[in-house]
Amino acid sequence: MDAEALFTFNLRMGDSALVLSQRLGEWCGHGPALEEDLALANTALDLLGHARLWLSLAGEVEGRGRDEDQLAFLRDAGEFRNLLLVEQPNGDYAATMARQYYYDAWHHPLLQQLAGAAEPRVAAIAAKAAKEAAYHLHRSREWVIRLGDGTEESHRRMQAAADELWPFTGEMFAADDADRACADLAALRPGWQAEVAATFARATLTLPASAWMPQGGKQGVHTEKLGYILAEMQFLQRAYPGERW
Amino acid sequence: MRDMQTAEAGFQARIDEGVKIEPKDAMPDAYRQTLVRQISQHAHSEIVGQLPEGNWIGRAPTLQRKAILLAKVQDEAGHGLYLYGAAETLGVSREALIEDLLAGKAKYSSIFNYPTLTWADIGAIGWLVDGAAIMNQIPLCRCSYGPYARAMVRICKEESFHQRQGFDLLLALARGSAAQRAMAQDALNRWWWPSLMMFGPPDEQSPHTAQSAAWKIKLVTNDGLRQKFVDQTVPQAEFLGLQVPDPALRWNEARGHYDFGPIAWEEFYQVIRGNGPCNRDRMNARRRAHADGAWVREAAQAHAAKQRARPGAAA
Amino acid sequence: MSGNDLPAPQESAPAPVDDWPLWEVFIRSQHGLAHKHVGSLHAADAAMALANARDVYTRRNEGVSLWVVPSAQITASSPDDKEPLFEPAKDKIFRHPGFYKVPPEVKNL
Repeated sequence: MDAEALFTFNLRMGDSALVLSQRLGEWCGHGPALEEDLALANTALDLLGHARLWLSLAGEVEGRGRDEDQLAFLRDAGEFRNLLLVEQPNGDYAATMARQYYYDAWHHPLLQQLAGAAEPRVAAIAAKAAKEAAYHLHRSREWVIRLGDGTEESHRRMQAAADELWPFTGEMFAADDADRACADLAALRPGWQAEVAATFARATLTLPASAWMPQGGKQGVHTEKLGYILAEMQFLQRAYPGERW
Repeated sequence: MRDMQTAEAGFQARIDEGVKIEPKDAMPDAYRQTLVRQISQHAHSEIVGQLPEGNWIGRAPTLQRKAILLAKVQDEAGHGLYLYGAAETLGVSREALIEDLLAGKAKYSSIFNYPTLTWADIGAIGWLVDGAAIMNQIPLCRCSYGPYARAMVRICKEESFHQRQGFDLLLALARGSAAQRAMAQDALNRWWWPSLMMFGPPDEQSPHTAQSAAWKIKLVTNDGLRQKFVDQTVPQAEFLGLQVPDPALRWNEARGHYDFGPIAWEEFYQVIRGNGPCNRDRMNARRRAHADGAWVREAAQAHAAKQRARPGAAA
Repeated sequence: MSGNDLPAPQESAPAPVDDWPLWEVFIRSQHGLAHKHVGSLHAADAAMALANARDVYTRRNEGVSLWVVPSAQITASSPDDKEPLFEPAKDKIFRHPGFYKVPPEVKNL
């Protein structure tokens, strides 16, 4: 396989997991119930684990001696390859759950697909991560249903969040050569749409109307939010260059 | 009245025999109230304690340190949850306990009203604050109230990595650059005295000690634990090459312990009264989380009620 | 001693409306062992209770199976009944194999 495509694809997988984990970490100590604090931290930890595996593999494939930390802490926003969806702010709990659900409903089947990849290192990471992602999907789906089919207020918030984040879902299925070398993203779309439609029906939510879908995250053109995320995340490595921690 | 006294004597006799008290057992009101206060204060401390460390999850300098810190702060939430659960077996609700905390009626450990200003503070909290907490908690695994003792066993098992990760973090700084060593020293300077205060006021000023000791819900004295903490921590600081910020600190051969300087108790009482550097921030953060989460908790309740009412719903 | 004169705690305090109900959590730590009580948590419904039990109580590989039961559904024996319930079994020592003296020559008994 083309090493550059594999490198790019690994960065895309790793950066999305890393940025989403960073966002979920912001909830720590601020969740709506103690049980939720623990649950969100579990998801954040799983995703952080995935990010470390993907970025380590990216560094290995690249062959320039960069490890997971150099990739995570020493690239600027333009070199990050994460989905625009995951860098969106936590907002209220409905926004956090909508973001999580859209991602999980794509992430889990993608990992299942990748578990059968020809590249054994990709397959191994995906097989491990798929089990965790299955649980993430179960949990975020339940919350979308609960909030959609809860009170009047929660329904209104859940619908607003679902609408607001909808445009960022298009990017998940838009494949370029690097994606095509490693996965079949387009094949995931019908399953994802059916999953979301079924969940929204149970949640009494209206499927958002098709809208123009911005892209660019996977090519390094991000929303303004990513710069702030990195400013926080990379602070120590930038302020004290070259130190060991 | 005499019956009451006989019953209390019988209760004390059971405790003296080492019999654990369980939730539905008869117990003196004062025992129950003291336990509710002690367990809920401990639970509140875990919950508020998430905040100063959570403050650095986003800025952890490596992905491994980030994972460790996230897991550790998550553990604190878990410990709060176990402890609220233990308190709930005494007939109070978690919601009521949390209301008391948010209304400023309940106390939590004053240490969490100090700020985490640098990454080294995360190491100092693990090494010193968790170290002090573990010292306090291990004896409580043997306390007389069953659910509390069982929660403490679980907590102590989970906490064992907390202190080590803090020391490990500081060790990396101590072996690092001059700037990193200075960061570690600065953290020790700021966290040392508040950590000693964590064990509570001197025994002669601690009004509840005798009764709580008789009830076996306080098994070691404040001063005893404090001395033990100093004795075991000073050599660790020496290993790190850090200076404990106490000019009076020296080994006393005759006592077989370290002597240490006077503690600024006025600061301790000021922080408890709400005048620490972060009291307001901490309480505001908790109040905001609770208020912002209200609609989420209500929605889950409403959805559960709808599900129950649907035809074919399980009873 | 029964301690009858001391007030017993309330069975369960009425929870404020805002609070999710309390559930008890039981974990099977490995295949072949019985589920054991590990603690409690709050959840709005059974599905959430199960998920929360997973997230709260199995973070360190503690189990292979979970039960959750609404705390209010547990019927417990009263400490006041301890003597009538459990004393009678104490003197039936002939129920235990150690009661019987087996001659050393006799094997496989």
